Amino acid sequence: MNVRELCRSLGLNPVAGEKGMDRKVDGAYAGDLLSFVMANASKGNVWITIQAHSNIVAVACLLEMACIIVAAGVQVDGDTLEKADKEGIPILSADLDVYTLCCKLHSLGI
Amino acid sequence: MSQKDMVSLNYRVNAEDFAKAGDASSNTKKVLKKLGIPSDITRRAAVVTYEAEMNLIIHSNGGEIIVNIDTTKIQIIARDFGPGIPDIDKAMQKGYSTASDHVREMGFGAGMGLPNMKRCSDEFEIESKKGEGTTVTSIIHIPD
Repeated sequence: MNVRELCRSLGLNPVAGEKGMDRKVDGAYAGDLLSFVMANASKGNVWITIQAHSNIVAVACLLEMACIIVAAGVQVDGDTLEKADKEGIPILSADLDVYTLCCKLHSLGI
Repeated sequence: MSQKDMVSLNYRVNAEDFAKAGDASSNTKKVLKKLGIPSDITRRAAVVTYEAEMNLIIHSNGGEIIVNIDTTKIQIIARDFGPGIPDIDKAMQKGYSTASDHVREMGFGAGMGLPNMKRCSDEFEIESKKGEGTTVTSIIHIPD
């Protein structure tokens, strides 16, 4: 499954990083403490977080994650969107909370 | 890269410059990829430079990151202009952090930075003098 298909299946709102919508999804990681994410997330992961500042793009980029889902209706900062467009990291906005998103990803086989 | 070739990168990192946070580590990673360094080694170097960069931004009065790459190793040096680490043993404990509440709310200051750096390094050293500054050196070997 790629990011575009994931986005469609869960009815998420893509707000940045269109260039990366064809990235392949491989597993998921949920967390808001950036050093834990750096230590434990893997390449190709969907990252679910409620952090929305621009450093999340650097983390996703360094780990080559598939995309970031910003959960719980948190508004994403303008400079985050800009950075995500530049790096081609899709940011998907969701009103659902982190737990519900994890369950839905699981039911999709991720 | 031939035997005698060495690539040297140098980044100035300013205190509290969250807008540029991740630039030094992202650029280092791009260079390592271009040089054809194996992806697991590149990932470890990316973690070390990222954490070093965040430490300089969050805790220091500013400093620099120097990355030296040759055929056998990647050496990452993070050097700052103070204030120095009062207790290195404590700073190395997982979960120990002196970060402010504001920084923690952003997801930094989990007390995992230095432990993450050590875990990803083959050789790791911290030198710190209160009032003067801190130098953290990490070496990651590149297998043949």
